[in-house]
Formats: sequence, structure tokens, C-alpha cells
Amino acid sequence: MIAQLRRLGRFVLDKLGRLGRASLFFMDMVIALGAFLFTRPGLVIQQVYSVGVLSLPIIVVSGLFVGMVLGLQGYTNLVDFGAESSLGAVVALSLVQELGPVVSALLYAGRAGSALTAEIGLMKATEQISSMEMMAVDPFQRVIAPRFLAGLIALPLLACIFTAVGILGGYYVAVQQLGVDAGTFWSQMQGRVEWVDDIINGVLVKSIAFSLVANWIAVFEGYDAIPTSEGIGRATTRTVVNTSLAVLGLDFMLTALMFGDK
Amino acid sequence: MAPTKTLETAVGLFVVLGLAALFMLAMQVSNIRELGNNDGYTVNANFENIGGLKVRAPVTLAGVRIGRVVNIAIDPQTYEAVVRFTIAPEYHLPTDTSASILTSGLLGEQYIGLEPGGMDTDLQEGDTIKLTQSALVLEKLVGRLVTTLAGSDKP
Repeated sequence: MIAQLRRLGRFVLDKLGRLGRASLFFMDMVIALGAFLFTRPGLVIQQVYSVGVLSLPIIVVSGLFVGMVLGLQGYTNLVDFGAESSLGAVVALSLVQELGPVVSALLYAGRAGSALTAEIGLMKATEQISSMEMMAVDPFQRVIAPRFLAGLIALPLLACIFTAVGILGGYYVAVQQLGVDAGTFWSQMQGRVEWVDDIINGVLVKSIAFSLVANWIAVFEGYDAIPTSEGIGRATTRTVVNTSLAVLGLDFMLTALMFGDK
Repeated sequence: MAPTKTLETAVGLFVVLGLAALFMLAMQVSNIRELGNNDGYTVNANFENIGGLKVRAPVTLAGVRIGRVVNIAIDPQTYEAVVRFTIAPEYHLPTDTSASILTSGLLGEQYIGLEPGGMDTDLQEGDTIKLTQSALVLEKLVGRLVTTLAGSDKP
């Protein structure tokens, strides 16, 4: 009994400690971000390439399939009510409000977040980070901040691409395959989707929030990893699991705030 | 490790692609093109029952959308619904224009249809449309039908 209590207490203290470390880490990173922007902005381009451009294939392909499934499923369900003309609105609203930002954040965590963690973790394990400190190079400015900033830029762009490709996929299935009228498809969509409420709030604000969380977790787990091969493996797993949970939880809160009062 | 030329190009292409996607979402998917039309003059109309009319529902003239509902409230004196909507400035309607709440399709969303009258004076900002027709409420219609049928059976 006492041993179990002790274990529980240690577990809670451990988690709290991690959260505190993560917060301090975030503060250091933001400070480094300000200093770094004026000295080496070119570093970001390299990182945008590795987290953004290289994630493009998976984002485009899954966006296409998600949109196509939405078109197909929406059609088979709506046609029973003779309401297949509102398919455009259904596809667009579900992609813009939920699926676009959430699925692209989850894919991003698997494709880019895990790679970020592994890279930084390996830098730590091979003592590259401590040798930087030896050379009076701040690893926050040289390694952490550029990666975080690049991820922050890349994920919202990826979410926009995902959503747009998904809508095109839905359009292909609905209009080209199932024979929904193209005019009604687009006009129903434009009639229902609001620029500020749905596109700005849905795609942009959500994906920026997810981007903040996903990249913070990814770089922190890498920096905080136990510098062994097993520790890096665990840190990579934790990145994917924690990011997925955080994104889904945050998504519920953001949805409740944005679309809850309608 | 300075970024190479191809890498820079790829990143530039990626950013352009992302912005193009956002642009497509704005122009093709959302109603941003109508945002400019939101100005115009606002007119009120009182209805006994608005059915399922919602804010931002379209206001049409001869089937063409010329405005949007901006506000729905209750008049505390008459207990009627006061619907305020905008009309694009290029459309001048006579003061005896009538407004009715219509439904697009059998189960579609509800909108306001305007029927122009024949007066010489035009509706101005803040005017109230007198001639209105409420939304058709299906239960009331069925109820009326049932009483008519029952009445016609008896004699």
C-alpha cells in the first residue's frame, strides 16, 4: 500500500518535473528565437526543407484520399435523403473545421516530429550539443530555435495544402465519378463556408496552435532524451504519442471555443 | 552549411504552394467574394413566424441573391420577429415591396424572397417592410388540412 502510494507520488512528481522542464525549455527557446532571427535566418530554410518539403508527399496523398473518402461516404449517406447537392458543403466543412488541421498535425507528428526528436536526441547522444557549448555556440540558437521556427512555419502551410487537396479529391469523386453537378457542389460550399469563421479560425488558427504544440513537444523530447539508443527510441515514441494526444485534446477545446456556441 | 540553390528553390516552391492552397480555399471554397457585398442599406421586416430562418440567410429578388439577414430579434410590443437584412446598394426597391420567407427545396434552408411593388418612392436605410408573409410551418399546414378534411366529411 505504502509502496504503491510512493510509486504514485514519484510518478506525479516526475510528470510535474517534466512539465516544468518543458516550460523552462520553451522560454529559453523563445529567447533564443529572438536572438537567432537577427544572426542566422538562413538556417531556417534548411529546416523548412526537411520538415516541410519532405512531408509534402504524405500530406498530399493522404489529403487526396481523405477528401475522396469524404466525397464517397457523404454521397452514399446523403443520396438517401435526396440531399446530395449539399455534398460540397459537407466535404468542405468537415475538412476545413476538423480534418484538415488535425490529420495534417497527426501526420506531421509521425513524419517530421519524430525525425526532429531523433535528430536532436542523436546530437545529444553523440555529444554534438555539448561540444557546441564548449565552442561557445549556443545550441538553442544553432539547433533548437531554427528547427522550432521552421516547424512553426511548415505545419500551417501543410494544413492548407492538405485541406485544398482534400477538397479537390472530394470534387473528383463527387463530380467526376458520382455525377453531382459541379455548379451546385461549389455554390453550396461557398454558401456555407465562412472566410473568417471557418477558414481563418478553422484551418489557420487551429493549425498554428497545433504547430506550436507539436514542434515544442518534438524538440523538447529530443533535447530531454536520455542519450542512449534506447532513450532516443523512447523519446521518439513519446513525441508521436504526446503530440497526438495533445493535438486531439487541444482540438476539442478549440472546437468548443470556436464552433460550440452555434 | 549554407543552403544550396536547389534547396532554396524547393522551399520557395513549398511556401508558394501553401499560399496558393490558402488562396484557393479563400476564393473557391469560402464566401470571401461576397464579403464586399455586405455593405449596402439595411431594411427591417416584421414576421409573425420566421420558421427556421437564420442570421446570414440569403435575401433574394427573383431568385438572385441581393443581400443577407444580419439580425433577428423580437419586438416586445407585438411579439413579432423583427428581421433586419442588408440589400446591396445598386438595387433600389419600391416602398411597397413585400417579403416572404421561403424554403429552397423540400428540406432546404430558408431564405427571404422579395417581391417588388409599384410605388414611386424607394426603400431607404432603416425602413420597415409592411407586407410580409411568414414561413410555412408544416405542422400548422397539416393541422389545417386535417380540420378541412374532417369538416368536409360531415355534411
